[in-house]
Amino acid sequence: MPKSTNREPYQQTYYPPTPTGFTRYMRNSLPWQMIRFIVINLKVLRLMLNSQH
Amino acid sequence: MARVVILGAGIAGHTAARYLSKWIGKKHEVVVVSPNALWNWIPSNIWVGVGDMTEEDVTFDLKEVYDKAGITFHQARAISIHPEGNKDSESPFVTVEFTDEARAGQQDTLTYDYLINATGPKLNFNATPGLGPDNGYTVSVCTAKHALEANEKLQEQIEAMKKGEQRTFVIGTGHGMCTCQGAAFEYTYNVDHTLREAGVRDKARIIWISNEYELGDFGMGGVHIKRGGYVTNAKTFSESLMVERDIEWITRAHVNKIEPGKIHYEQLDGNIGELPFDFSMLIPPFAGVGLKAFDKKDEDITATLFAPNGFLKVDGDYTPRPYEEWSAEDWPKTYQNPVYKNLFAIGIAFAPPHPISKPMKSINGTPISPTPPRTGMPSAAMAVNVAKSIRDMLNGAEKPTHHASMAEMGAACMASTGSHFFRGSAVSMTVYPVVPDYVKYPAYGRDLSLTTGEVGLAGHWVKYMLHYTFMYQSKMKPGWSYMPD
Repeated sequence: MPKSTNREPYQQTYYPPTPTGFTRYMRNSLPWQMIRFIVINLKVLRLMLNSQH
Repeated sequence: MARVVILGAGIAGHTAARYLSKWIGKKHEVVVVSPNALWNWIPSNIWVGVGDMTEEDVTFDLKEVYDKAGITFHQARAISIHPEGNKDSESPFVTVEFTDEARAGQQDTLTYDYLINATGPKLNFNATPGLGPDNGYTVSVCTAKHALEANEKLQEQIEAMKKGEQRTFVIGTGHGMCTCQGAAFEYTYNVDHTLREAGVRDKARIIWISNEYELGDFGMGGVHIKRGGYVTNAKTFSESLMVERDIEWITRAHVNKIEPGKIHYEQLDGNIGELPFDFSMLIPPFAGVGLKAFDKKDEDITATLFAPNGFLKVDGDYTPRPYEEWSAEDWPKTYQNPVYKNLFAIGIAFAPPHPISKPMKSINGTPISPTPPRTGMPSAAMAVNVAKSIRDMLNGAEKPTHHASMAEMGAACMASTGSHFFRGSAVSMTVYPVVPDYVKYPAYGRDLSLTTGEVGLAGHWVKYMLHYTFMYQSKMKPGWSYMPD
C-alpha cells in the first residue's frame, strides 16, 4: 500500500477542535489543577445554594 | 402524631427521609417503602462497571441506617395509591407488596398524612427487543449488580484483545426516547481509559450512539459555555473529547432492535443502519413504575393522577403547547399534586410538563429525541425543598413554603475516569438552570457564569470527594446535615 501523503478532509474527525500541548499540560499541572479544584468546588457550592428557595 | 410515607429510597426518597427524620422525626412518624434492601450511590456505578470499585463501595444496608435514625423501613414495592381512602379506611393509604425474604409476595396497606412518591424509574429494557442484561444482549450500569456484570464482560473483552483480537464497543442510548445520556457518556470515557491502562486501546473500535440531535445535548437541548474567548456549545466541546480519544459517534439514532452481535437503528433522516458489536452498554428508556390509583369508591383514577408515561402529575403546566411556546414557567415548583394537597412527587417520579430538548420525529414518524434528565443534584434539591414544605405544613402552613423548579436549580456532572489520583481525568460540567429560562437569560437561556465545562485532574478529585462525601452523608454519620446536598 503506498504511503499516504495527504489527509482525508470532510470526515467526522476533521472539524472538532483538539487540545494543544499546552492545554494538555495544564490539565495535569498540579498547581493549576489545585486552583481549579477550589474553583469547581465553589461553583458546585454556588449551584447548590442557588437551588434552595 | 402524623405519618409521612415516602415511596422509594433512591437519591430523592432517601434525601427526603433524612431531612424529615431530623426535622419532624421526634414528633411524627417517617416511613420509607423501598423494594431494595440496599441504598445505591448510582453515579459511582460507572466505576463498578470498569472494575475500579466494588458493589460494597457504592451500596449500604438501608434498614441499619434507618433503625439508627428512627425511620420505619418496609422492604416492599408500592402497588397503589388511595388518596381518598376507601369504604374501609377514612384515611388515605398506599398498598404495598413486601419483597424481603420473610414476607415476599404478602400485601399490606399503610395509611398516611403526607405521601412522597419518589419511586424513580422502571428501567424499560422491554421497549427495545434485545436490550438489557436480563433478556437481551447488552449490559447496563443502571444498578450496582448490572455494573458488576458489565465489568465481567468488559474484562473478557480485554483478555481477548490481549491475545491480539480486535473488538468493537458500542455505548450510548438503547431507544429513541432515552434520557441519562451523561451516564453513558461517562462510561464511554471510562471504557476508553480502562482499555488504555490495559494496553489494548489499539485493538478497540469505540462507537457512541445516541438519540441526541447533536453530541452534548444531554436531554437539556445542549448548553452554551465560554471557552477560549468564545461562547461555544457543548456539541463542540463533546466532539473535541470524542476526537481526542479516537471515539466515533452516531447521533439522531433510535435503536430499534438488538440481535447477538448486531444493533439495528433508525435515524431522523430515515437512514436504517446496522452496527456490529462485541460489547455494548446501552441505557434503557425510563417509565413510571406502574403505580395505580383509586378513589373513595375504588374507581381507577390512574389516568387522572398519572401522565401516560406513568409519572405522577404535580404543579406543572401540562397544557399541550408547541415547542416555541414552552417556558420555564411550565415546570413544577412545589411538586405538590394539584388535587390531593398531601401528595408530592420528586426525582424521576414526577411528570415533566414536556421535554427540554426539541422533540423530533424521523421521516418514518419515529420519535427520536431525549427526554428530560432529573437525576442527581436536581433530585436532591427537590427532596430537600419538599421536606421543608411538609415540615412547615405539619407546623401549620397552609401550602408548600419552598420551591425548587428545574428552571431555578443547577446541576453538576463530573465524568471522571480512572482510579489513580494523578493519572485520572474528568470532564466537569455545571449547568444553571437545568431548564433554560430565556426571559431571565435571553441570549442562551442560562447563566454563563455558572454554566461551564472543563477537562482536568481537578474534576477527577472533585468526583472522588463527592463519592465519599455523599456516601458518608447518606449513611447519616455525625454532622451529615451540615454537609450541602
